Amino acid sequence: MRSDKQNRTPMGLKIAAGIGLAFLHLPILLIFLYAFTTEDKSYQFPPPGLTLKWFAVTWNRPDVWEALSLSVRVASISTVVALVLGTLCAAAISQTKFFGREAISLLVILPIALPGIITGISLRSAFNLAEIPFSFWTIVLGHATFCVVVVYNNAVARFRRVSGSLIEASMDLGADGFQTFRHVILPNIGTALLAGGMLAFALSFDEVIVTTFTAGQQATLPIWMLEELVRPRQRPVTNVVAMVVVLVTFLPILAAYYLTRDGDQISGQGK
Amino acid sequence: MSSAASAPSAAMLPGRGGLGGALSDAFWRNPKLLLFVMLTPPLLWLGIIYLGSLFALLIQSFFSIDEFSGLVVREFTLKTYGELLRPSNLDIIVRTVTMAGLVTIASAIIAFPIAYFAARYAKGRWKAVFYLGVMLPLWSSYLVKVYAWKLILAKEGILSWIFDKLHLTFLIEGWLALPVVGGNSLSVSLTGTFLVFVYVWLPFMILPVQAALERVPGNLLEASADLGASPRQTFVNVLLPLALPGIIAGSIFTFSLTLGDYIIPQIIGTSHRFIGMAVYAHQGTAGNIPLAAAFTVVPVVIMGIYLWLAKRAGAFNAL
Amino acid sequence: MPYAVSFQQVSRHFGTVRAVDAVDLEIEAGEFFAMLGPSGSGKTTCLRLIAGFEQPTSGHIEIFGETAEGVPPYRRNVNTVFQDYALFPHLNVADNVAYGLMIRGAGKAERTREAEAALEMVKLPGYGARKPGQLSGGQRQRVALARALVNKPKVLLLDEPLGALDLKLREQMQEELKVLQKALGITFVFVTHDQGEALSMADRIAVFNEGRIMQTGTPEEIYRRPRTRFVADFVGSSNVLSPQLTERLAGVAEWSSLRPEDIRLGDESGQDATVTGTSFLGSATRVTLDVSGEKINVLLPSGAPVPSQGESVRFSWDKNALHLMGAGA
Repeated sequence: MRSDKQNRTPMGLKIAAGIGLAFLHLPILLIFLYAFTTEDKSYQFPPPGLTLKWFAVTWNRPDVWEALSLSVRVASISTVVALVLGTLCAAAISQTKFFGREAISLLVILPIALPGIITGISLRSAFNLAEIPFSFWTIVLGHATFCVVVVYNNAVARFRRVSGSLIEASMDLGADGFQTFRHVILPNIGTALLAGGMLAFALSFDEVIVTTFTAGQQATLPIWMLEELVRPRQRPVTNVVAMVVVLVTFLPILAAYYLTRDGDQISGQGK
Repeated sequence: MSSAASAPSAAMLPGRGGLGGALSDAFWRNPKLLLFVMLTPPLLWLGIIYLGSLFALLIQSFFSIDEFSGLVVREFTLKTYGELLRPSNLDIIVRTVTMAGLVTIASAIIAFPIAYFAARYAKGRWKAVFYLGVMLPLWSSYLVKVYAWKLILAKEGILSWIFDKLHLTFLIEGWLALPVVGGNSLSVSLTGTFLVFVYVWLPFMILPVQAALERVPGNLLEASADLGASPRQTFVNVLLPLALPGIIAGSIFTFSLTLGDYIIPQIIGTSHRFIGMAVYAHQGTAGNIPLAAAFTVVPVVIMGIYLWLAKRAGAFNAL
Repeated sequence: MPYAVSFQQVSRHFGTVRAVDAVDLEIEAGEFFAMLGPSGSGKTTCLRLIAGFEQPTSGHIEIFGETAEGVPPYRRNVNTVFQDYALFPHLNVADNVAYGLMIRGAGKAERTREAEAALEMVKLPGYGARKPGQLSGGQRQRVALARALVNKPKVLLLDEPLGALDLKLREQMQEELKVLQKALGITFVFVTHDQGEALSMADRIAVFNEGRIMQTGTPEEIYRRPRTRFVADFVGSSNVLSPQLTERLAGVAEWSSLRPEDIRLGDESGQDATVTGTSFLGSATRVTLDVSGEKINVLLPSGAPVPSQGESVRFSWDKNALHLMGAGA
C-alpha cells in the first residue's frame, strides 16, 4: 500500500496532463462545430450562424457516395485478406519456434514502420514495371499489406495467452488439429481477431498516402477529402464529410477496445 | 459413473477418417509441413509483393534519367545519388531531418506528463478514459486531423479570434514576421507545419512512454524520495532514465512518420519542400523515378541508423 | 495380460540433451505407478512420451500391447491431468468435463449425465455452470481430474497434479486419489518430485535421475534397500556412507546407507562421534554427528535426551539397518 502522500496527484502534473488531452481532442471537436456553420466561403470563427442544410446537400452528392462506397469495399476486402494473412503469421510465430522467426515478425511490421510514401511509391513503380493497370485491386493490394500488422499484433498477443498446454489438453482429450482449432483456439482468439479486423478496417478506411500512389483515377473518401484540402471548392460539404469520417472511425475503435479490454480475465490461467 | 455406451475399450483409437483426419495426422507427424502451410501465404504476399516492390525501387535508384529525352536509362550509375548532393536537394534533406528532430522533441515533452499521469495516477475508470483519450485521436482520420488544423490556423480561424479577444494579436504578427518560421499566416508557415506534425504524431509518443513508465515500480520512486532526493532529482536520476526506452520507441514513430510525410507540409506550410514532397513531385509530374527512388532511400537509411541505435538502447522492449 | 505401459530402450534427445536415455520400464495394468525424481530428470518427458506429446528418438513404446510411436495423442486412449490443469477458459466446468465426449460425438443428454456423474465423483456436484476462473486451485484440480476420468482412459497420467496445492489440501487429495484409483481400477501414472507423496501413494516407484531410471520397486524396497547413493539420498534423505567409513563400521568396503531414524545414541558399545549441531523438527530432533570427517544425521524421537553441541557421544544401529549398496554405487 502506498501512503496518502504518494497517492495525491501533483497539481502541476494534473494540469499538464489535462492540457495535453485537450490539445488532442479540441481540434477534432472543432470539426463538429464547422459542420453546422452557415459560412461557406471561408473558415470564419466563430461561425456567423448554424444550419443543418449542409447535411442535406452532402446527402445528395453522388461523388461523396461513390467515394464512400469505394472506401467501404476496399476496407472490407483488405480486412479479410489481412485477417487471413495476419492470423496465419501470428499462429506460426507464436506456436512454433523456427529459424527466421524474428525476420518474419520484422517483415510484418515493416509496412507501417517505413514511411507510407515508400510503400506507396514502391508499389506504384512495381505496378508500372509489371504493366499492371491501376484498379480497385491495386488499392486493395496496398491496403492489405499494411493492415496485416494490425491483425497480427492483436492475434500474437492473444495467442501468447492461449497456453500450449490448452492445445495439448484438447489433443489429449481426443481432438485432432482441426477440432482443436475449431473448439479451443478459435473461441480463445476470436475477440482478438474481431478487434484486429475492426482496427484494420479503420486503418484502411482512413488511409491516404499509399492510396494516392495505387489508386489511379478512382477516389476513396480520403482521396476525395485530400482534393478538397488542396483545392477547396465545397467547404461545407467537406466539413460534413470530415465529421462523418470521425464518427465512422470511432465506432470500430471503441468496439475493438471493448473486445480486448477483458482479455486478461478470459484466459487467466495457464502459464 | 454409469458405463457410457461410447466409451472405447482399446488402447489406440481409430482416426476420425476423411480428409480432415488424414491432414490432421499428416500435420501432427510433420509439424514443419504445418508451419510451411501457415507461412506460405503471408510470406508470398509480404515477401514477394512488398519486399519485391521495395527492391525494385532500390534498383531504380541506381538508374538515371536522360536529360534530353526524359526517359529512364536502365544502366547502373551512382549519378542519381550524386544529384541528391545538389544544394537544393541537400536543403530539402536537412530541412526534413531538422523538422523531424524538433517534432520528436516537442512530442516527447508534451507526451511525458500525459503518459506519467496515466501510468501512475489514473486508476480504474480514469485509466480507461486516458487510454481511449489517446487511442481515439491516434486512430481517427489523419486527413480530418490535418483539416481541423487548417480551420484552426486559418487567418479568420479560431486561433486568431482567441488572440484577438485577448488583445494579443501582436504576438502572432511578431512571430510571423520572423524569418524561416514566419509567413503570411500560420497556415502557410513552417510554424504551422510543425504544430500539425506534433499534433498528428503525439499519440504515437504517448503510448510507448506510458508502457515504459508502467513498468517502473512505484516503490522505486519512493525509495529515491526516501533516500533524500528532491522530486526534481528523482525525475532526472530515476524516472527519466527508466522512461528513456519508451521515449526512444516513440521517437521511432514520430521521426519516421515526419520524414516520410508529404501531405501536411503541402496543405499547411510554405513552398519549401520536404523529402516526401520531393519524392511525390519527382515520380509524378517530373517522371524522374530514379531521383524519386534515391530520395526514398534517404529516410530508409536514416531510419536504419536510428533503429540500430535504438536497439542498442533497448527501446524495442517498450514497444 | 500385457503391461499397461512398456518402454524398451526408449530415448528422447533434444539436440545434445538426453532427456530420456535408454529407459526400460514396465507398468502393470491397474497399478498406481509413481515416477519420482528431481526436475530435469526425465520423468515428465517419459509421461509426455506415453501421452504422445513427444516421440521417442529411438526405442519402442507399447500401451496395452499396442505400438504407440507414430500414434497422435488424440488417438491414444490415455488422458492427462496437467500440472497447470489446462482447463479451457472459454468453457464452463460441465463443458470442460464433457469435452472429450463432445469430440467423440456423444449426444447432449449423455454428455450432461456423464459430466455430472464425473463431477460428483470428484466431490464437485452442481459446479457445472461455473467458469474455471471462478474456482479455487483445489477445485480446478478436481475438474481436471473429472475431465480426464470421464473418458474412462486405459491409463491416466498425472503431471505433478498436487504441486500447486497447500499442504493440507494436498494430503486430502493424496488420500482421495488413492481411493479413486482402487475403485476405478484404472492404471495411474503419477509424476512427482516429492518423495513423501510417491512413498505414500504409489504401488511401485521408478526413481529417475539424469534421464535414466535408477531403481524401480515398491515404496518399501526403495526406502529400505536403495540401490545407489542417489536413491538413498533422494528418497528419505538417508545417510550415505563412503566405502572407507563402511569398512570401519561394518568391515565391508562398499557404499552403504543408514536411515537417520535407525540410529540410537548413548549405547556404550557404539562408535565414537562428535555432535556438530542439533535442530528441533517438532515430532523429532535432528542431531548432526561428525564421524571421522563424515556427516551423519540422526533423528531422535521427541522426549529422548538431546546432546549439546560439541559433546562426544557414542552411536549404534540395528545390524540390518546398515544397507550395503556395492562398491560402485
